[in-house]
Amino acid sequence: MTALAARRRHPLAGVVLVIVGLVATGVLYAALAPGRAGAAEDPASDIEAGRALFLANCATCHGMDAAGRNNAPSLIGVGAASVDFQVGTGRMPLQATGPQAPQTQVRFSDDEIRQLAAYVASLGPGPGIPSAEEVDPATGDPSRGAAIFRTNCAMCHNFAGKGGALTRGKYAPNLDGTSPTHIFEAMLTGPQSMPVFDNGTMTPQDKRDIIAYLTTTSKQPSPGGFSLGFVGPVNEGLVAWIVALAALIGCAVWLGSKSS
Amino acid sequence: MSTTARVADDVGNFLDERVGASKGVKFLFRKIFPDHWSFMLGEVALYSFIILLLTGVFLTFFYVPSVGRTTYDGVYTPLAGQTVSEAYASTLRLSFDVRGGMLMRQIHHWSALIFVAAITVHMFRVFFTGAFRKPRELNWVIGTILALLAIVEGFAGYSLPDDLLSGTGLRIASSIILAVPVVGSYLSFFTFGGQFPGEAFIPRLYTVHVLVLPGIFLALITAHLILLVVQKHTQYPGPGRTNQNVVGYPLYPVYTAKAGGFFFIVFGVTALMGALFTINPVWMYGSYDPSPVTAGSQPDWYMGWLDGAVRLTPGLFEFTALGFTFSFNIIIPAMIVPGLITMAMLFYPWIEQWATGDRREHHLLDRPRNAPTRTGLGVMSITFYLLLLISGGNDIIASQLHLSINDITNTLRLLGLVLPPVAFVVTKRICLGLQRKDREKVLHGRETGTIYRTETGEFFEVHAPMDDVSRWKLVGYEPIRPLEPLPAYDEHGVRRHGSRLDGLRRRISRFYFEDRVEPVTPAELDAAHEEHEALPAHEEEERGAVTASTSTPVGGD
Amino acid sequence: MSGHTPAPQSAPGREVVPADADRLLPERFENPGLPVHHARMGDTDPKAAKRAERQVATLFGISALGTLITLVVYFAVKFDTPMSFAEYMTRLRISTEGLGMGLFLALFGIGAGAVHWAKTLMPDEERVEERHLLRGSDADRDAAVTILKEGAAESGLGRRPLIRNSLIGALVLVPLPAVVLLRDLGPLPGDDLSTTMWTAGTRILTDPQGRPIKPADMQIGSIVHIVPEGLDKVPDYLEQKAKAAAILLRLDPADLDPKSQPGAYEGIVAYSKICTHMGCPVALYEQQTHHLLCPCHQSTFDVTQDCKVIFGPAKRPLPQLAITVDADGYLVAKHGFTQAVGPSFWERG
Repeated sequence: MTALAARRRHPLAGVVLVIVGLVATGVLYAALAPGRAGAAEDPASDIEAGRALFLANCATCHGMDAAGRNNAPSLIGVGAASVDFQVGTGRMPLQATGPQAPQTQVRFSDDEIRQLAAYVASLGPGPGIPSAEEVDPATGDPSRGAAIFRTNCAMCHNFAGKGGALTRGKYAPNLDGTSPTHIFEAMLTGPQSMPVFDNGTMTPQDKRDIIAYLTTTSKQPSPGGFSLGFVGPVNEGLVAWIVALAALIGCAVWLGSKSS
Repeated sequence: MSTTARVADDVGNFLDERVGASKGVKFLFRKIFPDHWSFMLGEVALYSFIILLLTGVFLTFFYVPSVGRTTYDGVYTPLAGQTVSEAYASTLRLSFDVRGGMLMRQIHHWSALIFVAAITVHMFRVFFTGAFRKPRELNWVIGTILALLAIVEGFAGYSLPDDLLSGTGLRIASSIILAVPVVGSYLSFFTFGGQFPGEAFIPRLYTVHVLVLPGIFLALITAHLILLVVQKHTQYPGPGRTNQNVVGYPLYPVYTAKAGGFFFIVFGVTALMGALFTINPVWMYGSYDPSPVTAGSQPDWYMGWLDGAVRLTPGLFEFTALGFTFSFNIIIPAMIVPGLITMAMLFYPWIEQWATGDRREHHLLDRPRNAPTRTGLGVMSITFYLLLLISGGNDIIASQLHLSINDITNTLRLLGLVLPPVAFVVTKRICLGLQRKDREKVLHGRETGTIYRTETGEFFEVHAPMDDVSRWKLVGYEPIRPLEPLPAYDEHGVRRHGSRLDGLRRRISRFYFEDRVEPVTPAELDAAHEEHEALPAHEEEERGAVTASTSTPVGGD
Repeated sequence: MSGHTPAPQSAPGREVVPADADRLLPERFENPGLPVHHARMGDTDPKAAKRAERQVATLFGISALGTLITLVVYFAVKFDTPMSFAEYMTRLRISTEGLGMGLFLALFGIGAGAVHWAKTLMPDEERVEERHLLRGSDADRDAAVTILKEGAAESGLGRRPLIRNSLIGALVLVPLPAVVLLRDLGPLPGDDLSTTMWTAGTRILTDPQGRPIKPADMQIGSIVHIVPEGLDKVPDYLEQKAKAAAILLRLDPADLDPKSQPGAYEGIVAYSKICTHMGCPVALYEQQTHHLLCPCHQSTFDVTQDCKVIFGPAKRPLPQLAITVDADGYLVAKHGFTQAVGPSFWERG
């Protein structure tokens, strides 16, 4: 056991991993820099198709010019990442007004989402959709990610990413099953109540570390048995009463009853 | 003589000649204990305590009570290379690297939750059946102290792993200490050995958790059990059971097998909990750091009511005067409310005794319905407690049910004031209703399900009269009536000692016993029987039970 | 009056219980005594008794099997060969569940067997033991009082007030060392509760990465969790962090309260993260409503109103940390906190 730990935790292993990760990211970042100018690279046809989709599905609230109306925010300058997150997780188009837009069935195909994103990106410079390499959990350090996650994310999303309550019916959603791209985009764009975690203060590598941590723990078998949802001591207390104490009282009733 | 018998003989002789064991055997082994499932609740608590001792000793072999900084290099890779405390690292080591360590830690923690839960339901049983009455007031006090210490002990254990949840809990504890008027900051610095979190507190807490409190527990539990043996167990009313006897089975062999076996059952169920359900996944929380926090930062369930009280109290109670801060937003929910509840619990036996004026020994338990006011008060307290407990989980309720946390909090603030009195009135009414039903049953017999049709086309059901044994359960209680104090002045015009409180005492006594349903008397039953012979069946339903209404004339005054 | 049974109105209009001379009824029912004992199947049928005996033995056998399972799992689940993290966690789960369920069978088998044995085969006829008043007999009590009086007289406490009073004095004084000896439990608070590491020019670093921040790194709606530079060098790291932890937020400058403007830099504001209620980190920031929520007791602070409390048990607003930029363009503290951060305490004023 200790031998295993030693091998996996060889001092050089971490260094090598970090170097590989850094080099890979550097190269990729330089090559693919998700661009504030990225919109220009999209074919004009995508933008045109996206505009048609926008007018049919989004303009009612966000306005024909996407400049926002009433409660719907302006989409100029929100970037392709925002669209990919909001539409790609089924939060937009909004189904019904409420404290916040819930995650629902995705109503567009991947192509349509790309077209919508291209159109919105063409309206003004904003964060682009990160590439697959940019969000690859394999290039992140889960341990470092855990530390960053606990300070920056756990207060809303809970220590295991299971979500939590905000004020007046709003909530931080459960992160289970959210794709690395969407996690990255959420941090980059700050959807709804969530604040923005800029690339300047939380670098793409920091974000990848967080993604690596979440991927590790979501795949990790719970070593202590059923997890009870990982929402803290409330569930544990409920189970202690409803399962354990109830079982013991059942045994006591059997013990106190007369045998036939 | 067989070998076994000879050995037993020798051992017995050895012990008797040195410690007089034969007298102990004679005194103890054939002692009678009454049989009822609710009498096992205290045993669940006792056995949980033994399980806690056993598993706790195992944990101490591996746990390091120190917050010295160290770099984690164990098998749990999502923490690899992080700076953690020795306490946290050793908790992980005993969970991940010690075979069976995870199981032991989980059994220990589940057992702690079950321990306090069992104490709670045991107290409910003792309260609702009136088992705290004379001569058992002292055991009620000991039990109350044990219940409170169990909460403290549990919180200490929760704090020892030094994970994020532990530290957040301790920070709240330190803030409560800071809120103590005048000496708060000094108390906090003495407790934590300086600023929070400090390096002194975890080792100190460890001593309290594994030595001081378990020692006090052992002493108090021993006293609790000795009193139980000396006073003999209470029993439920029933045929053959009187205030002067105890009916049941002997300690040896029946209760040795039953109670001894029950220890293994409790341990087995707790082991199953530890095997199947993760509790306190410390590896996910990370070592304590004052900057991070997790959504759903909660204490274990038994502290939930205090946390809930703190959540409900609005900030407006804090104010500054004469250059000092009065944090009543903390003092009220964290000191005054728990203090008052503790006092009410400790003194309850004497409060009720004062209202009844009854100084006799009571060994027969009350059926809860036959003490409507007490039962109402109990349910009222439990309602209040439950609302506080629910408040302690308001954020989890909000996020799981997608409700507004503000609405939940405001609703609970309102319910906390309104619902307990409602619960009192409703419970008391239900008890009185059940008593009336008992009377009906005694007076008119049990429904047989046989329906007759008269020649005029009317239907009636045949009621079978109750036999003596089953009737006794419904009539075998004493009606308690409001006290009427003697005149305050005797014929010489001298004021009677204690008469100044007569008014209060009369009010309390009336509050308890004004509304009551008295048991059927033989005369009433006799009258009802005559009536049965004389009257057609359908007229009987008009008859209600006797309820001594508030208009019952009370003499004197 | 209250000593009498109220007249039962069991049948309106009817005379209640005519006192029948030849049928005097007691005021209360009488205890009918123990009901007849019913024999169990095992008491009358030797076959049933034999069956119960076998059941008990089976339960004890299950216990032995459980012990065996526990031992097998302990040695069979190996952790000493190289394996992936996920594999290790899987084996740990198998080990925990296997050991626990084995233990369950081992313990529950004994318990259930013993209880079944007691219920089916040991005598189940209830026995009666008499109770006696706990109070001693009058003779005992008189004897006890005599002993106590004699002892008191023999000790002479009543006759020799000097001994009594000096003993009381000594007993009152003797706990003092116990109190005094506790003095070194901790230092006096001094101004520790009112000061933090932040001073004029302290550079702001991200928590936990430890990077300095330029205003341009932050866009509107963003949050950064921050600590003062040099925190990782101090010996009392956690104690300092427990006071100094803060958050940096960027808002539209127009949204900020005029009170917070002097300490802001281009819409960037810093506030203490330590709740003024009970010291939890107030870090749940809703960028659209600008509310900060504490996860412990739900105190809610409004950043656009200088972090005033708008809900929950906290009273005071979160203290603001005035910020500016240094020569290199990095964000720094303009000066330290102007008031104590964190929960209230008596001398805070």
